[in-house]
Amino acid sequence: MTILAKHSASKLAYDTLREHGVDPLNVRFDSVLSPTEGMLNGRRTILLGTNNYLGLTFDPDCIEKAVEATRSQGTGTTGSRVANGNYDGHMLLEEALADFYGRQHAMVFSTGYQANLGVLSTLVGRGDHLMLDADSHASIYDGSRLGASEVIRFRHNSPDDLYKRLRRLEGTPGDRLIVVEGIYSMLGDTSPLKEIAAVKRETGAYLLVDEAHSLGVLGEKGRGLAEAAGVEADVDFIVGTFSKSLGSVGGFCVSDSPDFDVMRIVCRPYMFTASLPPGVVASTLEALVKVRTEPMLRVNLMRNAHRLYDGLSAMGFETGPEANPIVAVAMPDQETAVVFWKMLLEAGLYLNLALPPATPTNVRLLRTSVSAAHTVKQIDTALAIFADVGRRLGFLTSDRRRAGGVV
Amino acid sequence: MPRGLKFVLEAIGRSGRMQPTHQLALVGNKDGAGGRPIRDDIASIFAQVLGRPVQIKDRTDIVEDLGMDSLGVMNFVMAIEDFYDISIPLDRIAQIQTVADLIHAVEDLRSGAPA
Repeated sequence: MTILAKHSASKLAYDTLREHGVDPLNVRFDSVLSPTEGMLNGRRTILLGTNNYLGLTFDPDCIEKAVEATRSQGTGTTGSRVANGNYDGHMLLEEALADFYGRQHAMVFSTGYQANLGVLSTLVGRGDHLMLDADSHASIYDGSRLGASEVIRFRHNSPDDLYKRLRRLEGTPGDRLIVVEGIYSMLGDTSPLKEIAAVKRETGAYLLVDEAHSLGVLGEKGRGLAEAAGVEADVDFIVGTFSKSLGSVGGFCVSDSPDFDVMRIVCRPYMFTASLPPGVVASTLEALVKVRTEPMLRVNLMRNAHRLYDGLSAMGFETGPEANPIVAVAMPDQETAVVFWKMLLEAGLYLNLALPPATPTNVRLLRTSVSAAHTVKQIDTALAIFADVGRRLGFLTSDRRRAGGVV
Repeated sequence: MPRGLKFVLEAIGRSGRMQPTHQLALVGNKDGAGGRPIRDDIASIFAQVLGRPVQIKDRTDIVEDLGMDSLGVMNFVMAIEDFYDISIPLDRIAQIQTVADLIHAVEDLRSGAPA
């Protein structure tokens, strides 16, 4: 018995996977060649599961800015902004984010996860109510646990259920904060934000949208679902990350709340952690310029997303509810999911094996994420690999019953 | 309705488009004292969520004795919430282990006592 024996059930599940010769947590790329390709065991592999939506990780301008900033300002800040002070880049990045969203205030965090921990634990406190979509990301649940408010879940993407739960709170003092995501990370479905915003207005709650997977992806200007749904004025707080479409690492929150800056002296996940290094800040600033000036990135991204989604759906795979850069394929059971994932990888296609508890309602998924940098040929190769493995496992049209058995 | 993960959507109940499987039409006395005890209502809801009749006592352990996984528990909790028109906060759910714990939580929340 060790002190970690309490996690034996998780260890057993992981060991069972490894007995199948599958270790999704230990995939080791020999090298990463581009936003869409890596070398794995000496084999050129298509990356179709890295959330690199705009393909900016290898953008020459972003790299140049990062190198330049690293040379001139060093590799790291070695501490928090509270203790070590702000670098010029931190302030410039916050100004650029506020400007991009047309908001008065912006605050940068060291990761997207920490942005949710910080914001959710600070905006609401004892006597307040946090209303979370049931399929919220782990960082939202963890942020809710770090704070002191009551936490209430509503059914995924159900404005009616949200309304019902807010109505039950009538007469109870305190603030209510509704939290939804722009694009949900497992199934790629969007929040019904117009309807959620209507509930917010009617009940006098505040609304926070996590645009982690939708920044640079949705909306004419790339500001995310709130822009695409035309409800930006109803959204009080937007949280997001730099580690997907912007190709670096870090998180942020923007708002028009007049006293927003008080967060800098009360928000612990902002105050008690090292700030982003100059190179990361510089590449993120440049990536934000790309989002604003290169709308073709979004056009290419959605072209690829539709091509993959339509292709997989046409083959008879069970895909998510709408075509977005996250395309999820449902697997009937864990063993099939594991074998399917392994065969895809051996054929040169990397994507995510998503198993409970990371997935909603215990579903097993092969989760892909498409990039603007994928060529049409790469998407077609991915589809061909899916078709081949699907046929070998008895999934496709000749044996629809097995795929249909999922339902 | 676009094609999709029907089985997921049914279970998680997307906005108004599909009836969630766990939104149950239950009949019972919601008026508490003098009527049908809360425990009987809970037994009916368990039976509908699990798809089989269940015998429960106050000390029945919801996870251990009824073999519910975390998803089952969350669906069950949502069914209870609908039935009694209450919301059970997450920290309160975490404290519930037995049927008696659940009955106390429902009683507290229905009477408007702090959770």
